[in-house]
Amino acid sequence: MTKNLRVKSSEYIDETNRISFKFNGKTYHGFKGDTLASALLANDVHLVGRSFKYHRPRGIMTSGSEEPNAIVQINPGTNRTEPNVRATEVEIYEGLEASSQNCWPSVDFDIGGINNFLSPFFPAGFYYKTFMWPASFWEKYEFFIRHSAGLGKSPTSSDPDIYDHRNIHCDVLVVGAGISGILAAKNAAKNNFKTLLVDEKNELGGSTIYENNEFNKINNKTPSEWLKKEIEEFKNIKNLEIKTRTSVAAYHQYNYLLARENLTDHLEAKDKTNKIRQRLLKIRAKKVILATGALERPLIFNNNDRPGIMLSSAIKKYSEFYGVSCGSKNVFFTNNDSAYESAISLYNKGINVEAIIDIREQSESKIVKKVKEAGIKIYWSHSIVDTAGYKRLKSVSIMKLSNDGTSVTGSKISISCDCLGVAGGWTPAVHLYTQSGSKLKFDEEKKVFLPNQNTSEQISVGSCGGDFKIDEIIKNLNQKLKDTLNINETDLDSIKVEIDQENSKRNIWLLPSDKPIGKTKPFVDYQNDATAKDIKLALREGFRSIEHVKRYTTTGMGTDQGKLGNMHALGIIADTAGVKMGELGTTTFRPPYTPLTFGTIVGRNVGKFFDIFRRTPMNDWHVENKAEFENVGQWKRAWYYPINGETMHQAVQRESKAARESAGILDASTLGKIDIQGSDASEFLNRVYTNAWSKLAIGKCRYGLMLNEDGMVYDDGVTTRLGENHYIMTTTTGGAANVLGKLEDYLQTEWPELDVYLTSVTDHYATASLCGPNSKKILKKIIPYLDLSDENFPHMSFKESKIGNIQCRIMRISFTGEHSYEINVQASYGKDLWEKCIEAGKEFNITPYGTETMHLLRAEKGFIIVGQDTDGTMTPIDLQMDWIVSKKKYDFIGKRSLYRSDTMREDRKQLVGLLTDDPNIVLEEGAQIVSELNQSPVEMLGHVTSSYFSPNLKKSIALAVVRGGKDMMGKKLFVPMENKNINVTVANPVFYDEKNERLNA
Amino acid sequence: MFLINCPYCGERDQQEFKAGGEAHIERPKQPTELSDDEWAEYLFMRKNIKGIQFERWNHAHGCRKWFNMVRDTSNDEIKAIYKMGEKPPSQ
Ligand SMILES: [Zn+2]
Repeated sequence: MTKNLRVKSSEYIDETNRISFKFNGKTYHGFKGDTLASALLANDVHLVGRSFKYHRPRGIMTSGSEEPNAIVQINPGTNRTEPNVRATEVEIYEGLEASSQNCWPSVDFDIGGINNFLSPFFPAGFYYKTFMWPASFWEKYEFFIRHSAGLGKSPTSSDPDIYDHRNIHCDVLVVGAGISGILAAKNAAKNNFKTLLVDEKNELGGSTIYENNEFNKINNKTPSEWLKKEIEEFKNIKNLEIKTRTSVAAYHQYNYLLARENLTDHLEAKDKTNKIRQRLLKIRAKKVILATGALERPLIFNNNDRPGIMLSSAIKKYSEFYGVSCGSKNVFFTNNDSAYESAISLYNKGINVEAIIDIREQSESKIVKKVKEAGIKIYWSHSIVDTAGYKRLKSVSIMKLSNDGTSVTGSKISISCDCLGVAGGWTPAVHLYTQSGSKLKFDEEKKVFLPNQNTSEQISVGSCGGDFKIDEIIKNLNQKLKDTLNINETDLDSIKVEIDQENSKRNIWLLPSDKPIGKTKPFVDYQNDATAKDIKLALREGFRSIEHVKRYTTTGMGTDQGKLGNMHALGIIADTAGVKMGELGTTTFRPPYTPLTFGTIVGRNVGKFFDIFRRTPMNDWHVENKAEFENVGQWKRAWYYPINGETMHQAVQRESKAARESAGILDASTLGKIDIQGSDASEFLNRVYTNAWSKLAIGKCRYGLMLNEDGMVYDDGVTTRLGENHYIMTTTTGGAANVLGKLEDYLQTEWPELDVYLTSVTDHYATASLCGPNSKKILKKIIPYLDLSDENFPHMSFKESKIGNIQCRIMRISFTGEHSYEINVQASYGKDLWEKCIEAGKEFNITPYGTETMHLLRAEKGFIIVGQDTDGTMTPIDLQMDWIVSKKKYDFIGKRSLYRSDTMREDRKQLVGLLTDDPNIVLEEGAQIVSELNQSPVEMLGHVTSSYFSPNLKKSIALAVVRGGKDMMGKKLFVPMENKNINVTVANPVFYDEKNERLNA
Repeated sequence: MFLINCPYCGERDQQEFKAGGEAHIERPKQPTELSDDEWAEYLFMRKNIKGIQFERWNHAHGCRKWFNMVRDTSNDEIKAIYKMGEKPPSQ
């Protein structure tokens, strides 16, 4: 039977709405409004997990996103399971299941707990020191580490939920809806700024919404009463959008912020279906107001991590907001007045508070007096030196602190308790602030890092800006709002605050024990099990930079990013090394502030939208005819068309033979097409291609090679002169976008005087390439009236014509060495054109072929493919294409580089043909080429770039780049493979129809 | 993520732009007159300054215009933006 620790009805908990949920397989009950943490605490469950390294039992520590211990797996074993979720942030719903992580077989009996007793053998840097050597053992170590670490399990089936992205532009973004955020948002919106207010919680109001301290008054009301009224009023203000359950994950430059809006995580499974689960908000704000509040710090003392030890502020929130008592015998340990407020909160609800242990000598505030009047025992100048209780706190031992705070004296007093609230002061939540690139400064008096130098239009207000008392908050907020919004008056002018809060505080980063430090466990980072001892060890071993100490001890490197312990780590380093905290600086707070799901990051870009493909107008035909596809850039191109269960090799052999023997047809629609017009179009082409263009007649085509300014081949393709000032350029499929970009760059920046206009028309045209000795007859059937004679329509020329009513452009050009035509029509007629060609070609057994056959056919002719036979280090001279480089032109892109000493070297790698001595052996593309076999090491002369079995030549052919290959014709070389050496002979790269007789066949 | 004020379109997200390296490096008018060293200076040598840097940017997913930017690389503050052919602002 579990205890019920509900202490009073809370307005935020709907006790009429009882919810059952499971934790570690056991059923519990809570109410609508509970978090998993508050519901567990109400059932007296503190033990929720095991620590990472020592597997120590750990309990719920906080009430928010800074939680280091209560990390759970949600809905284990389902397709909606999620690891590493903070129980303090999970709103419960009917049917919720959660389980502890990092423990096996159960949280109650955890085999890894043995590490706790072995802890002297797990010092800082243990993993680095132990697992570094020998390197070959790493795989074994990794197996061991992964099994014992086990921080949650990722889902194994696909995510059923929908995720979304939204862009938001606003004048003012307010992050955090506590008192400061609400007042800031209200005044911004009222002054006609388009305002967005976000908060990670489901309720507005931050900690002030349950602030019932009777000694603090705003306009004569308690802060809680007053703020509730403010919230009621401001919900209807126009210009204001409010988003709860929305956590800002990252604050980038130029006020660009990413936030995760949680829409269905708090709903039952049946209500989650077909809804967007989480939405990534991409916010661009003119001004940002950070009102992210402050996080309470724990205190660092021996065995400060037992279940039942919590932040004092969390105990107050569970009591005031959730109506839950965290223990029946409560003790507080503090260095400031905060713990007294928590104690009074419990006292007012009739919950037993045993004692308050205060490291200060005294405090005279009204709240302290009230605690005294309530009869709660206060131990001034005392410190906790040890705690007891393995799975739940049982007692604390205290001793008197010496005057300098470095040791304890006198006799030990033991106080029995089941819950300890620790209050170590407040740390402004400056994480987002520093992410924006803005700089912090250490405030020696308040012992905190505060915003100092902003890089964008932003302000930090409230406690994240260093104001902790309500009167200070209102006063400074008012001034900051007036300055940043450029307004003269605000609502805050008329707010009257009465306050009783003493600022007295005593800061000791590491509290002493009666035992030497080596025998104690004062945890600094709970999640990574880093203790003060580890930090001191790191310093003894010579680490000085805070970033190094962090990595060596893993302090602050968990999923909580050290939200609780970072300040203590700095303080301990500063004290030990004898430097000032301000000089140490902080570690970098990296985004995200709280973890994001992958779903949120990718949004809608999943499944077929993961990577968008481009498809040609003929695509449906290829699919219907069972083509296999290959990805070329973003395009899906038909690769080959297997029939009757052919392998790829068989299909390609058949297609290649058919194209040369009768007729083949290729979908060439993906080639880049750039329309070039203007009175300087010819001059422009002269400058961007290596060859000359001025004399190209209208209606003629020419192959062009484009270089980079460094002289290396960049792209190639055929350009046709359509009119006096009008050309159409084709580029490689993958190079189209880059070529256009490069041409535009030169036109805009180097040659703005040229009258040239460029338009990408790749998608406007569909292209069918008809090739083979019967291609002419097929085209004649499609366009009977067109004169296809060599005199009227020779190779490398162009005709504008019509297929029925459809306008078309026909180029007689060839990439296969066969007589062929490229027919271009408006894209929407592409499939129609294709089907007409297939129909007309039937009697000639027209064979559709894909990219693989195209590659084979052009390799038989020794035509290069830019990007396959070239790799950005080949000049046209290296390719033995000297013929295309104009000697007469004064300049073109890359020309000067062809005369650099390096590009003129004779021993550069040059393109050659390779024939294997055994004609049936096909070389592997990428295989290395050497001239000696019995030498080690041996010089690599080059590599194979293209290799096929040619069905037309009935032998293996290859293209290769070989050092000095130009002068090696007929030379025997070797291609050493894993289990054999292949003998090859350097050959002319034009293997087929060297005299180009077939072009006019 | 920068917010870049394209001189033709106005403020747009950095995602729409392409960076194009150091600005104000003019392509030599008579490359053939240059020595290997002089040509190499134009071809390869670029500054990589911590501080004020003059850069080329292209509104690739917008108007596709090239323009110049003065940026402090130490904190990514954009100091000025001006069109191609315009004189850089004096520091
Ligand atoms: Zn633009």
